[in-house]
Amino acid sequence: MARVVVDVMLKPELLDPQGQAIAKALERLGHAGVTSVRQGKRFELEVEGEADAAALERVRGIADTLLANPVIEDFTVRAEP
Amino acid sequence: MPSLESSVSSPRVGVVTFPGSLDDGDARRAVRLAGAEPVALWHGDDDLHGVDAVVLPGGFSYGDYLRCGAIARFAPVMNSLIAAAGRGLPVLGICNGFQVLCEAHLLPGALVANDHQHFVCRDQRLRIETARTAWTSGYTDGQQVVIPLKNGEGGYVADDATLDRLEGEGRVVGRYLEVNPNGSARDIAGVCNEAGNVVGLMPHPEHAVDELTGPTTDGLPIFASVLTRLVEVSA
Repeated sequence: MARVVVDVMLKPELLDPQGQAIAKALERLGHAGVTSVRQGKRFELEVEGEADAAALERVRGIADTLLANPVIEDFTVRAEP
Repeated sequence: MPSLESSVSSPRVGVVTFPGSLDDGDARRAVRLAGAEPVALWHGDDDLHGVDAVVLPGGFSYGDYLRCGAIARFAPVMNSLIAAAGRGLPVLGICNGFQVLCEAHLLPGALVANDHQHFVCRDQRLRIETARTAWTSGYTDGQQVVIPLKNGEGGYVADDATLDRLEGEGRVVGRYLEVNPNGSARDIAGVCNEAGNVVGLMPHPEHAVDELTGPTTDGLPIFASVLTRLVEVSA
């Protein structure tokens, strides 16, 4: 078994109200110096066999069709050692 | 009451229920008030049962886990619906249904969280920008209507090239007036596909079909328009 991690982030040009709400909460809690927060999603996929190039390509397809919406989100795929 | 339609069967308009759909009952009622036969369709059934048009109603499909409409888009009924829409079947997505249609790539763009971070519920004034779709032929271009709107993730977004194309091709179906309730790009309340048979609308016309329960009856022409289209197609 190998673990493949997919990180999904809203595209930088899109407003992220959840991130903004968190940034405001940090300010209220007295955590100064945080100028911006953006919230993303992390998926951990356990896959059979090795996390070789073919497995990563398969996960990239999964990310592109289900985990992320490429219209509004960017994603990265990597094997977790 | 005898009617002119008694010699021909009424058009049948399907309304899909997903787990979490909540406006399917209202949508079926609106279909009936417009003079068609509502047909309840189930998300897990890939058969459209020969309906002449389909409404994807508002609600929270599968609780909208992941993203609104992202999982509903892969429901068995959607396989049949996507194919049928490609062949010209009129399809209307309202609110969550609009989100499902975008996730299914039947419509461009996506719906994101409201820019003010709050759920919004209001009687919304909007302008019907085009009567050249299967679902808006009962209006005139530029007609102003008031239709209830309620959403948390109703901000329409697409890249500038897509927005320019939609504007240039006359595919912005409705535009918010007075207030942009959710931060939608260019005040867009609804869009259609190239052929005009698939329409997505964020406000809820099914809540504006009866004076007793809605602020206006301005939503009724949406459901009546598709019947005109179906009569034209079958003639």
